[in-house]
Amino acid sequence: MTKLEKKELMWGLFFTFPWLLGLIIFTAYPIIMSLYYSFTDYNIVQEPLWIGLDNYRRLIRLDPIFWKSLGNTFYMLCLGLPLSLIAGLLLALLLNTNVKGMAIHRTIFYLPSILPEVATAILWVWLFNPYYGLVNVILSWFGIQGPGWLADPAWAKPAIILMGLWGVGGGMIIYLASLQDVPKELYEAAELDGARGWQKMVNITLPMISPVIFFNLIMGIIGTFQFSVQTFVATGGGPAYSTMFYGLYLYYNAFQWWKMGYASAMAWILFLITLALTILVFKTSARWVYYHSESR
Amino acid sequence: MKENWRKTLRRRAIIKEVGLQALLILLGFTFLLPFLWLISTSLKSNEQIFTSPPVWIPNPVVWSNYKKALEYFPFFRFLKNTLYITAFNVIAAILAPSFVAYGFARIKWPGRDILFLILLSTMMIPSQVTMIPVFVMFKKIGWVGTFKPLIVPAFFGGGAFSIFLMRQFFMTIPQELVDAAKVDGCSHPYIYWNIMLPLSKPAIATLGVFAFIGSWRDFLGPLIYLQDERQYTLAIGLRYFLTQHGAEWAYLMAASTVVSIPMIVAFFLAQKTFIQGITFTGIKG
Repeated sequence: MTKLEKKELMWGLFFTFPWLLGLIIFTAYPIIMSLYYSFTDYNIVQEPLWIGLDNYRRLIRLDPIFWKSLGNTFYMLCLGLPLSLIAGLLLALLLNTNVKGMAIHRTIFYLPSILPEVATAILWVWLFNPYYGLVNVILSWFGIQGPGWLADPAWAKPAIILMGLWGVGGGMIIYLASLQDVPKELYEAAELDGARGWQKMVNITLPMISPVIFFNLIMGIIGTFQFSVQTFVATGGGPAYSTMFYGLYLYYNAFQWWKMGYASAMAWILFLITLALTILVFKTSARWVYYHSESR
Repeated sequence: MKENWRKTLRRRAIIKEVGLQALLILLGFTFLLPFLWLISTSLKSNEQIFTSPPVWIPNPVVWSNYKKALEYFPFFRFLKNTLYITAFNVIAAILAPSFVAYGFARIKWPGRDILFLILLSTMMIPSQVTMIPVFVMFKKIGWVGTFKPLIVPAFFGGGAFSIFLMRQFFMTIPQELVDAAKVDGCSHPYIYWNIMLPLSKPAIATLGVFAFIGSWRDFLGPLIYLQDERQYTLAIGLRYFLTQHGAEWAYLMAASTVVSIPMIVAFFLAQKTFIQGITFTGIKG
């Protein structure tokens, strides 16, 4: 190593030092400790007690709510996530046209997604009120008697999905940014070849933005397993555990019941599930994600 | 012949414009409805909240709901706490990511690319895996029940996403500028401070806005770490309000509106930076 190279290495480490330190304190060490805690009985007050695989055994064999929460989360994964991905994409496509007043349109669709989630959760509890809530009032105009929504185990999850769709602007804006990046020449060339609207969509737009669809899908999978503020505030997991999602149940175990070992085991099961799903998506991505030939 | 064809084309364009406009207005109105309902409810008297069919324009308009809502919970104390935490997070977001990103973007050193890959992969680690041990750590050093766990971590690079965003931005600055400075004998700290930072104001502004919004909205952090009611932020204060006065919808809506307003203001003030910032991230491909 030459003197200059040594100097550059020193400066490189100097600038990245804060992050490296953070990586050790807030990521590497906690990951190891979390694996360790998952094999212990630990309530924070007493020292962790090694119990081997007991937490995992109890979760899988003896905890019906664990399975319930997993099932609820997969429901969201199979229904809520695709809906919000598609809705975000469709909105972005609509907002990528040059209709008058586009700035206002974009703002209207984007704003709900940056409001504090507590505020939107409280608002939706009110909107979903079975008797005086706006949702059922509007349904009644069409002669439909609306369900109890958040108060009805059969309708609570669809209600949560609807709430989520109102905040679809976050994903939409990422699609929109990538749509504006698709080179105009591609469309012009296709038009010369006589391509129609939907042909341009299938052969140019979708392939060009497929990396972003991929990104949103992966982040969506991880996000579905996270603690959901809206669910916590709006239902707290009820009624009858119908909205007890994985992240929420983990939170209760860890920070309400102080079952840190048990919650850590849940965290590791979650880690493995999301990892498996991510790898699965990555594996299939070669078939549907198009990467530009020149890499940055 | 040619004239006719042109006319057809123009007619088609107009039909498309009108159709799209109608669709967007209809959808937009649907998206606005919850908002309008929020504002409308927040200004209603108690009788008008529970009438059916519902009243859209409150009569009388009860402005005092806002005054009462802010008296119902210690709004100004919660506001002070929120601003305190938010301010530090914004400062961290301005300083830390650009510093670390410089090391990834503008210095060549062995191990850099592997570490950058690690940085990217940390974004995929679900937060639950690290959340519990980090809590235990803060508990052991006596920081649980203080603002420190909500502030200090932001200074350690400010999060993988922010570093990534800054690095992408630094990559767009011409290398010749840096090379020229190096020839003149400038050190890396000098180049970082005097060349890169002044050119990166838009990206840094974006991070500042993101940090403001993220910190203001943050719920789980304060929920876990703040134990004394007097330390609450507005986000968890609002939930506290809900648990205490769950059925007083006018006040709840008024309080929710007040807590939401800074987000709306931040968005309008920084609208341009915002959209740009999202474009910078380079996740587009």
